[in-house]
Amino acid sequence: MHKCKLNVLSELKVGHTAIVSKLNLPAAVQYHLMHMGIMPEASVLALRRAPAGDPTVYAVDGIEIALRRETAQSILLHTPALLVKEAG
Amino acid sequence: MSCCTPPTIDLPITSRVAGEIRTVALVGPPNSGKTTLFNRLTGMRQKVANYPGVTVEQKIGHLGGIGRRDLAVIDLPGIYSFDSYSEDARVAVDVLKGNMPGTPVPDAVLLVLDSLHLTRQLMLAAPILSLGLPTLILLNMTDLMEQRGGSVDPLKLAQELGAPVAQISATKGRGLQAINVFLNRHSAVTPFQLPVIGNAASTRQWAVQVSSKTGYKAPLSAATSLKIDRILLHRIWGPLLFTLVVIGVFQAVFSIGQPMSDGFGVLLTTLGSHIRPWIPNALLQSLLIDGVWKGVQSVLVFLPQILLLFLFIGVLEDSGYLARAALIADRVMRSIGLNGKAFIPLLSAYACAVPAIMATRTIENKRDRFATILIAPFMTCSARLPIYMLIIAAFIPNRPVLGQFFGLRACVMLSLYLLGFLAALMTARLLKSSVLKSSVTPFILELPQYRWPTLGSLGLRLYDRARVFLYQAGTIILSVTIVIWVLGHLPMHGGTFPQLADSAIGKLGQWIEPAIQPLGFNWKIGIGLLTSVLARETIVGTLGTLYGADSATQSLTLQAAMRQDIHLGGAIALIVFFAFAMQCTSTMAVVRRETNSWKWPALQFAYMFVLAYAGAFVANQIISRFF
Repeated sequence: MHKCKLNVLSELKVGHTAIVSKLNLPAAVQYHLMHMGIMPEASVLALRRAPAGDPTVYAVDGIEIALRRETAQSILLHTPALLVKEAG
Repeated sequence: MSCCTPPTIDLPITSRVAGEIRTVALVGPPNSGKTTLFNRLTGMRQKVANYPGVTVEQKIGHLGGIGRRDLAVIDLPGIYSFDSYSEDARVAVDVLKGNMPGTPVPDAVLLVLDSLHLTRQLMLAAPILSLGLPTLILLNMTDLMEQRGGSVDPLKLAQELGAPVAQISATKGRGLQAINVFLNRHSAVTPFQLPVIGNAASTRQWAVQVSSKTGYKAPLSAATSLKIDRILLHRIWGPLLFTLVVIGVFQAVFSIGQPMSDGFGVLLTTLGSHIRPWIPNALLQSLLIDGVWKGVQSVLVFLPQILLLFLFIGVLEDSGYLARAALIADRVMRSIGLNGKAFIPLLSAYACAVPAIMATRTIENKRDRFATILIAPFMTCSARLPIYMLIIAAFIPNRPVLGQFFGLRACVMLSLYLLGFLAALMTARLLKSSVLKSSVTPFILELPQYRWPTLGSLGLRLYDRARVFLYQAGTIILSVTIVIWVLGHLPMHGGTFPQLADSAIGKLGQWIEPAIQPLGFNWKIGIGLLTSVLARETIVGTLGTLYGADSATQSLTLQAAMRQDIHLGGAIALIVFFAFAMQCTSTMAVVRRETNSWKWPALQFAYMFVLAYAGAFVANQIISRFF
């Protein structure tokens, strides 16, 4: 466990988990994401990057969701984020 | 090749007695198993696949599967909430709120929720229950949840929600008797009070509360999917395996499919020659055997290869790999200004453009959706296979390219698929940088868990495809061959039939011949191009009849007849023409319906024709010069 000052989802390293604080996205997109489970206080794990390095697959609430970097960088994380290294 | 139209079922429109249930709506989040349940309940066979957004419009059936044929059930597209984000979600919300013309407000709702992700799925329960309709909550995939150690108390949940709850498994058919019990009970309902309407965060909070009160224990997520993705989405192995899968499919269509088609062809020819002596009249013999049978048979022989291709596409769709392919392809899609999500309809356009164009409803941005609709017909659909297979088998030698695994024929086939794909990319780029320019829409894609494709689901796809193919052969192609045979025997001179070239069809062909001569086509191909505007595979039936009716080529197989009649340049030009041209009335009809204007299909037809003509011209000029 270590502290880190990165605070947007796109910067979350693969294998790390963080807590979402805020979504800075257009209302429609925001609702859509929230209904899929990406919302304030949700814990998100960066699972893997697509072969081209983008989009990234995130695990939240038992499902896997792929997001492009430009979307993920508008999703803010709690700072200082407690980044927990997951096994594997 | 158009796709089957769903059977029309009349919905009751007269006013109902209070408490009586006549139409039931099936609602739930995407990929929660509504369509599997719909098929169980109705005994119908709607397409089921393992990615979100398979159902894009409402489908209606009778509850025959549970002995209630008197009730109609509506299968709605999956929705996360009532905030309609895409076209398909809007359909579901409109039906539920009674805003869909021609569809009455349902009398009851079956809310299907995936038990594996109950907390998140419960967020949909709030708006559904607040509609005030009698609602039964079906917790689906109970079998999987138990296997993975999850649990929930359905009675507690029913108390919390004020609605009956049943645990079911749609794939196994477990627990469905609860639906009967529910439908037989005519109780009044108390409208449900939403915590705070419209706010995702508060709905979420409420859902978390409810699920914790009911002792919901989420199952462990399937470790297998994660392990598989470690390889299939690997930086190097991922794209490599993707390429290998594509090449493997093409090679299999040739090395396994070709012998099957050849055998089937021999069978059909033998059958024809056995029927011939039974036909009394020589003229009738000529019509039925040389005209109709040769024409229809020349298309029918490709059935095994088409089914084989569908089997492969079915496995990719049902297993959940398609969503991963979209992820791998997102980079390419982004470079042409489209969303990775557009990749899923485009992949299914490899089977048929009609359902693919309907599947574009899952694309949220309207301009992106139109661009995807306009490029979908460039993807090599299965109706192009007969002409591709015919020309390749007739003109391309069977030579290995990359060892025995990848031959020259498969290589040519793959090039044709790539050609269509490149044309699609180029066109999308053109559209997205001009008339359909828009800001980038976010790519949000749920990756489903991998599942084994079931034999039932795969068998169903093959059965449906075979039925559509045979229907097409028995209607459009049959009629076209009869018309061509008749025009090939007119006008009569002093009681004798004219030579084919002097007949009405020959004259028509020769009249258009100058226009297509630069492409290396003769008049027979010209007639084939005309008839193929109805549907692409019709050209093969037409050529079968024309060469069968021509006394010079009557005794030859269609392949041999064509080898004698056109040179390599014209042959390659012909398949290039088909790679680009929009010859499918069903596609044009569905584009007109989805874009709500004749402008787009007309533009699309003209654009694709110009591209096809230019492409064929270039191919013919180059090949005639070098070979």
